[in-house]
Amino acid sequence: MSSSFSSTTSSDPTSAVFGRLSWDSIPYHDPIIVGTFAVVAIGGVALLAALTKYKVWGYLWKEWFTSIDHKKIGVMYMVLGIIMLLRGFADAIMMRLHQAMAFGENMGYLPPDHYDQIFTAHGVIMIFFVAMPFVVGLMNYIVPLQIGARDVAFPFLNNFSFWMTASGAVLIMLSLFVGEFAKSGWLAYPPLTGILQSPGVGVDYYIWALQIAGVGTLLSGVNFVVTIVKMRAPGMTMMKMPVFTWTALCTNILIVASFPILTAVLAMLSLDRYLDMHFFTNDMGGNAMMYINLIWIWGHPEVYILILPIFGVFSEIVSTYSGKRLFGYSSMVYATVVITILSYLVWLHHFFTMGSGPTVNSFFGITTMIISIPTGAKIFNWLFTMYRGRIQFDVPMLWTIGFMVTFVIGGMTGVMLAVPPADFVLHNSLFLIAHFHNVIIGGVVFGVFAAIAYWYPKVTGYKLDPFWGKASFWCWLIGFYLAFMPLYVLGLMGVTRRVSHFEDASLQIWFQIAAVGAVLIGIGIACFLIQLYVSYKKRDQLRDETGDPWNGRTLEWSTSSPPPQYNFAFTPRVHDNDAWWQMKQHGYKAPREGFTPIHMPKNTAAGLVLSGLSTVFGFAMIWYIWWLAGLSFAALVICTIIHTFNYKRDYYIPVEEVEKVERQRAEVLA
Amino acid sequence: MSNTATIPAGNGDKLDFLVRGEHHVPQGTLLGFWIYLMSDCLIFAALFATYGVLSLNFAGGPTGGDLFDLKLVALNTAFLLISSITYGFAVLKMQMNSLRGTIGWLAVTGVFGLAFLAVELYEFYHMIHLGAGPQRSGFLTAFFALVGTHGLHVTFGCIWLVTLLLQLRKHGLIQANRRRVFCLSMFWHFLDVIWIGVFTYVYLMGSMI
Repeated sequence: MSSSFSSTTSSDPTSAVFGRLSWDSIPYHDPIIVGTFAVVAIGGVALLAALTKYKVWGYLWKEWFTSIDHKKIGVMYMVLGIIMLLRGFADAIMMRLHQAMAFGENMGYLPPDHYDQIFTAHGVIMIFFVAMPFVVGLMNYIVPLQIGARDVAFPFLNNFSFWMTASGAVLIMLSLFVGEFAKSGWLAYPPLTGILQSPGVGVDYYIWALQIAGVGTLLSGVNFVVTIVKMRAPGMTMMKMPVFTWTALCTNILIVASFPILTAVLAMLSLDRYLDMHFFTNDMGGNAMMYINLIWIWGHPEVYILILPIFGVFSEIVSTYSGKRLFGYSSMVYATVVITILSYLVWLHHFFTMGSGPTVNSFFGITTMIISIPTGAKIFNWLFTMYRGRIQFDVPMLWTIGFMVTFVIGGMTGVMLAVPPADFVLHNSLFLIAHFHNVIIGGVVFGVFAAIAYWYPKVTGYKLDPFWGKASFWCWLIGFYLAFMPLYVLGLMGVTRRVSHFEDASLQIWFQIAAVGAVLIGIGIACFLIQLYVSYKKRDQLRDETGDPWNGRTLEWSTSSPPPQYNFAFTPRVHDNDAWWQMKQHGYKAPREGFTPIHMPKNTAAGLVLSGLSTVFGFAMIWYIWWLAGLSFAALVICTIIHTFNYKRDYYIPVEEVEKVERQRAEVLA
Repeated sequence: MSNTATIPAGNGDKLDFLVRGEHHVPQGTLLGFWIYLMSDCLIFAALFATYGVLSLNFAGGPTGGDLFDLKLVALNTAFLLISSITYGFAVLKMQMNSLRGTIGWLAVTGVFGLAFLAVELYEFYHMIHLGAGPQRSGFLTAFFALVGTHGLHVTFGCIWLVTLLLQLRKHGLIQANRRRVFCLSMFWHFLDVIWIGVFTYVYLMGSMI
């Protein structure tokens, strides 16, 4: 982690066996890292010991790790998101504390190059390994249930996608204790990230973690587009799909159409670094500006990949807790589609200051402002859904209202940044930081917590304890405003981002307020974890036997909680947008007989094996351990080929078992 | 929506909320593979765009006009286009349920694919030997990345083709194998289309500079 590290390794000759990995790569001279490592190591050993003691390894392996059930994969994504949220938040609070003290004589407690790694890791983790797993996890769990399907189109691919994402997360975590992480900011602009300026392993960790996780994301995008296009229940035409499924479809189209660009641009950066090529170098005909264009052609759609499904979540919640059909269903769908398209036409607003000239800047400024129109339409639709509804202020609804207020503020500062002349003043300032946290926390994070509170009883069979949910909500809401409103002020005063030390003492109070806000958010996260624990303890009180605790409207509420492995004993036939609501209106009763055996895919360990090999391959590439890289790559290819020789991938759940499960369900309901 | 709360499901002319019996979900593999190809197409789009930006950045080094041997590239193009036709024959044979014919034409396709790769490797070797490797200039970096990525795809296609030949011999023309033949067919033709772009944009236009 120290600055001396990267320079020593780059000048050291690399060994044939260990590449550039040596004992110096372990940052044991940095007390913060050693302390973190100690905590992680002790916690990890304790966890492993507990798992072994209670003999849950077999259970985890059989029921979770090798499972191709979309519901279990969805839950694993959510768990990954929660774990990485803790890491990403630890980075955040370290930065807030450091900036609150690093004024004048006081240099803070983080050396500059450590600080640089922290802000990079924070951004990368929060976007790729917190927000993405949350969003993909939600889609995994909910989409097949909402469209009346038994699984996704490619169940094995789904398991593989999850493990590839996890593999990327493992590499990022590894960079904390073995070597270093990038010091370049979350998008790793060259020429700073070229081999000359960043000779250490940090950028390589960045590249390989994202490339490996990116494979998973792309494949899950393909998977969900096909699932939604091909596997909807009979009668569910496109304009009868639940809004969450619509937003999931658009998000996955965005994934398929933007992640290849990220793959390509990171591959080019690696070619520059590994093979001395000249895509983005300053000399020999390279062009660093091209990197910034390419990465934002992926990067802007990416923020819509995160927010669109969350718009879907809020649509479901607003209509359920208002006891009303969603207002303006078709306008909601069209707004989603328009945002999907427009998200490709705005990327240049991330670098108006590059100097593309007034014509180009005006074009991108105007397209950016236009996006606020469909987004505004959505806000009005939610408001009109609530209007004269019978609103229940349960926890998901609190998050929704918090979102609507907060997101509108973030949207308006976004329109300010979309004005090129204003952007020349605000570019790279803390105003920008405040803006995107305003929309990502106020939008994505609030939405994910709303979704967890809303669908938790579906997943576990019991509701979450509302007291701790409300505590978490208020801490997050107030904490957010305390933490980020000061950054708007600082940004307007001209303070730039990614600075680890300040001279002007008059600014300090704003950073101190922001630090208090961050602590409050930390308490909010703690309340959420306590909520999970308390709810588990009180699960008998909070139990929901009906499978439909909120009087829901869409098909996922027609199943038991948790749903059986096959989701639906009979495929539902859909006649209305709010399919389950209509079924309830018609006094639908689940049939007691006429079951058939159900065709299901088999579990497989192939995804886990391939992802493990990818992790080894990534690690070997990062440390220049060429023999291991070659070996693991060959193993990857061979394992993939072997997997394709397996033709027996499915089986039938016998009719007796289906009958048994359905009988139990009927007894509970009776 | 009415409030007829007591009508049981599937009762006569009223709304039926269930599919009785086994519900067959349409197979999505071909659509999924097509979508994957379109995403792959975007990787090539990025590489083409990059080549467009860097194609005149010679850094004092050789240009396309100095390096490209159009006769060799024409031969190579012919190999790849012929391999697409022979793949078409393999699919026709498959439709006629001729396992031998399918395997035979697939093998011919593989041979042409390997011939294409051999010529491409020779071309790369020759250029690097002249000191015109990917490190020489922005133009050559973009050239090797674009053409090399296409070549890697063809290599991957050849590995897949060999795997598929083994699977066809083992299991014959079962449904799963037919699907795989179609997927590889799309992949192979897709690479042809990309190559036409490479041939025109990189080689023909590049050799005029």
